[in-house]
This record gives sequence, C-alpha cells and structure tokens, in this order.
Amino acid sequence: MKEYMLIFRHQDGSKIASPEQMQIWMQQTMDWLGAIAAKGKYEGKGDGLVFDGAKVVHHNNVVTNGPFGEIKETLGGYVIVKANSVDEAVEFAKGSPILQGEGNTIEVRLLAKGDSVH
Amino acid sequence: MHCVSTSQVMQQQEIIPHLFRTEYRKIVSVLCRHFGFDQIAVAEDLASDTFATAAQTWGIKGLPPNPTAWLYTVAKNKAKNYLQRDMVFNNKISPEIQNTIPQFYETDIDLSPQNINDSQLRMMFAICHPSISTEAQIGLSLRILCGFGIDEIADAFLSNKETINKRLYRAKEKLREEKVSIDLPDDKQIDERLAPVLTTIYLLFNEGYYSINTNTTLRKDLCLEAMRLCTMLVENPRTNKPPVNALLSLMCFHASRFEARTNKNGEPVLYDDQDISLWDTDLISKGAYFLNCSATGAELSKYHLEATIAYWRTQKPDTPEKWQIVLGLYDQLLALSYSPVAILNRIYVLSKVNGKEPAIIEAEKLYLTNDQFYYTLLGELYTGIDNQKAKQNFEQALSLAKADTDKIVLRRKIENLPSFY
Repeated sequence: MKEYMLIFRHQDGSKIASPEQMQIWMQQTMDWLGAIAAKGKYEGKGDGLVFDGAKVVHHNNVVTNGPFGEIKETLGGYVIVKANSVDEAVEFAKGSPILQGEGNTIEVRLLAKGDSVH
Repeated sequence: MHCVSTSQVMQQQEIIPHLFRTEYRKIVSVLCRHFGFDQIAVAEDLASDTFATAAQTWGIKGLPPNPTAWLYTVAKNKAKNYLQRDMVFNNKISPEIQNTIPQFYETDIDLSPQNINDSQLRMMFAICHPSISTEAQIGLSLRILCGFGIDEIADAFLSNKETINKRLYRAKEKLREEKVSIDLPDDKQIDERLAPVLTTIYLLFNEGYYSINTNTTLRKDLCLEAMRLCTMLVENPRTNKPPVNALLSLMCFHASRFEARTNKNGEPVLYDDQDISLWDTDLISKGAYFLNCSATGAELSKYHLEATIAYWRTQKPDTPEKWQIVLGLYDQLLALSYSPVAILNRIYVLSKVNGKEPAIIEAEKLYLTNDQFYYTLLGELYTGIDNQKAKQNFEQALSLAKADTDKIVLRRKIENLPSFY
C-alpha cells in the first residue's frame, strides 16, 4: 500500500473552505460561465421551440392546432451562430447532437440583415 | 560480520519501491534534460542502475541516514562516469571529430528541487507530443513521470510486460525521430501544446477512475498521479492556465467519492447508495477553489463545463433547479465537444427535468447499439415504466459489458426490477 501526499495551493491551507465560501466561489463561477456563453460563439442563446399550444396558419388564413400531421418535418429549435462563411457554420452544425437522431437534419441559412442583397 | 536487523530489512523492502516511485522520475527527468531527449534510454538506464546499486548496498550496509540524498549522489556519480567513458570513447575512436564536438556536457548535474520540478514539467511536454498515440503517451507518462514499473503499467492496461516494453520502446524511437526537444514551448505555443498534455492527464485519471481493472489500490494511484501532474502545471506560472485549473477541479470533485464508491469487498457502490459521510469534503472544497480560479479569461474549455457538472454531482439533494442548471451545462458541453458519454448523461438529466417518457423518446433516437451505457440508460429509463423492456435493455448492456464491476451492477439492477405481471 502506497500513500502519497497531494500538496495543493490553497488560499488558506489550514482549513477546509466554509460552505459560505464555497457558495461564493460557485456563484462567481456560474456567473462567469453565463457571461462567456452569452458572448461566445452564439450570438443569441437559441432555444427549443415548444409544441404545446402551437398553431399552424394556412394560406386561406385557416388556423389549425399542432401537432403537425400534414407536415413531414417539424422545427425543434434554432440557434444563431457567428461564422465567417457558410462552411464554418456547417462545421458548427455537424457538432450538434440533433444529428444523432436518424432522419434529423439541420438547415443552415444566412440571416438577412435588411441590406439590398438579402 | 555486519548484521542487519529484521526490522531494517523490512524497512528496506518497503522503502526501495517507494523511493523508486517518487525519485526515479526525478532522476530520469533531470538526466534527460542534461543529456538531451534523444538520450532518454541512457537516462533511464542510469536511474535504474542507481536503484540496483541502492538495493545491493543497503542490503549489506543498512539504510543510509538520508536515502534520497544518497540516491542523488550515486546517480550524479554514475552520470559523470558515463560522460567520462563517453568522452574517452570519443577521444580514442574519433579524435578528429573531437574538436567539432562542443563541450556541452557540464559535469555538474543539478538535482535541486527547482531543477527537478522544471525538468519534470519539460518532460511532460516532450512525452505528450502529438506525434505518438495517446496510449503511448499514457504509457510513457506512467513510466517516466509517475515512476510505475513495467508490470504495473501492464496491469493497468490489462496487458503483458513484452507488449508494454515494445510500445514504450517504439514511442521513444518515434519521439527521437521527430527530434522532440525537452524545452518548454514558448508562450505563444504553450496553449496549443497544453491541450494534449491535459488530455493525457485526464486519460490517466480516467484510466484509474473507470478502469476495468479491479485492483483498487492501483486505480487510486493512477488518479492521484494524474492529480499530481496537474498540480505541477498549476504551480508553474507559465502553465497555470484556466483549463489546467478546471481539470484539476474536475479531478478533485470526482476523487472526493473514491472511498465511497467501492465497498469492503471491492464491489462498486452506486452513486445513489453511497454513504455521503465517506465523501472527502476537503477535496470537494479544493475542487470549488480551483474551479473558481479557472473561471477567468475569455475561453471556455470542456474541462470548465465538466468540472461544473461534477460540482453539482457533489450536491446530493435533488432539486429542480439543480437538474435545470446541469441540463444547461450539458447543452453547452455538447455544443463545445460532442461525445456519446455526454449525450447519454444529458438524456439522464433530461429525465430528471422533464420525466422519463420524453427522455426515452430522445434516447431511442440515438441508436448507439454498440454502447453498453446506451442500453444501461434505456434500462434505467424504462424501469418503473415498462419493466420488461428495462430487463431486455439491461441484459443487452450486460452482453456488451467488459468490466466485472459493470457486470455486477447490471446483474443487481436486473435482480432488483419489480416483477412484471
């Protein structure tokens, strides 16, 4: 049986951090995580789309309730990513867990910014 | 005749393997730094030779007052003799080249704590070079940075000595061919080169934490060694980067449950059944400390997210808020780096947030049909919903499981299923 001592740098090596101290550390950490997620790759957070109470509006203004029996694919959610090119955006899409589901796809589209081209 | 008492013999039998573990790596690193990485075999030979001499001498004369200092002195002398022999060889065989060989062999070999640390750090970067496979990186790390014997490495990989020897030999040859140097990368490169170093450390830790090996002492050693290497990186200002702190935090959180996750018979104790009083609160608070240290700068690594998830795992009470936060963390983790383990865990968390039925729908889309954990998850989700299906899934998982510990857990789960009528 071998025993090793692990020596850690610690603000106060003599005692275990108090629950209050840990609370503060964790709150700061969660805040940082939130901030970085917001300003990182994702411009906006993106979201899942809720099916409850969903409606479909047809061309003659007929409104039906979901689920969308006559539509082959449903929208599950969206996310806005910052990318230099469509290829880069496609690379982001490839990493998405959505694609683990057989038959699922991700459509990559440029957001129109109100200029004359788009 | 000089007689060595029985207690001293006992002491020596224990102290030599112990010193081998702690000092071999230091001697190899310092000598290797002195000679150059291409001379790593020479450094290893000299270090091994030093321990052989120690075993012989201490067996006759008893333990010296300061065994570590003794080892360092002997290693230095052996290195000097080697250099002299080498010099003589060069003089006799090729006097004409002699003038062209720079006198870079300073005779003083520096075994100060500062140089030992620095050399080990450099060694870490040299060994975790992307040109060799991760298996080879872990093997070499165990040998050269953790002082494991070849049989211990063979045990850890459930392999044999010949295979391990060959693997390590080939890896060293490859590093030599690549002319890998034993210098720390410059500041611009350090982040890039740090990534494979962290990967190796994390794999080393996982090798211990999730290994199919049932030797708990060995497994714990692997985890502690990984944490020691990571601590070295945190202690050096040049490598003390946010992801390094995050990885150390992650390992602290996981290791906090080490005593609770196996029972006296070495059988696994599942998270829900663990005795919380056996969780190491010191390691948990260290984990929180290092996680806090890591939460700085503009870059988010997967270690940040995994460590934060691991923190929430140390908070046993199930609250809706907790599961909601963890679900968000898994979403972030999957966006950053996809892995089957992470997606399966996410679905488990989803079942805690939204209930089992939606989680089953998500899980069945995955078709990870070669993955025992996929079936384990499905078994878990179907338990209490459709116990017949739960049983089928657990049995499927059992047929794929390799580790004895996993098999024990799965059999237990099948036995505990309520009978279905």
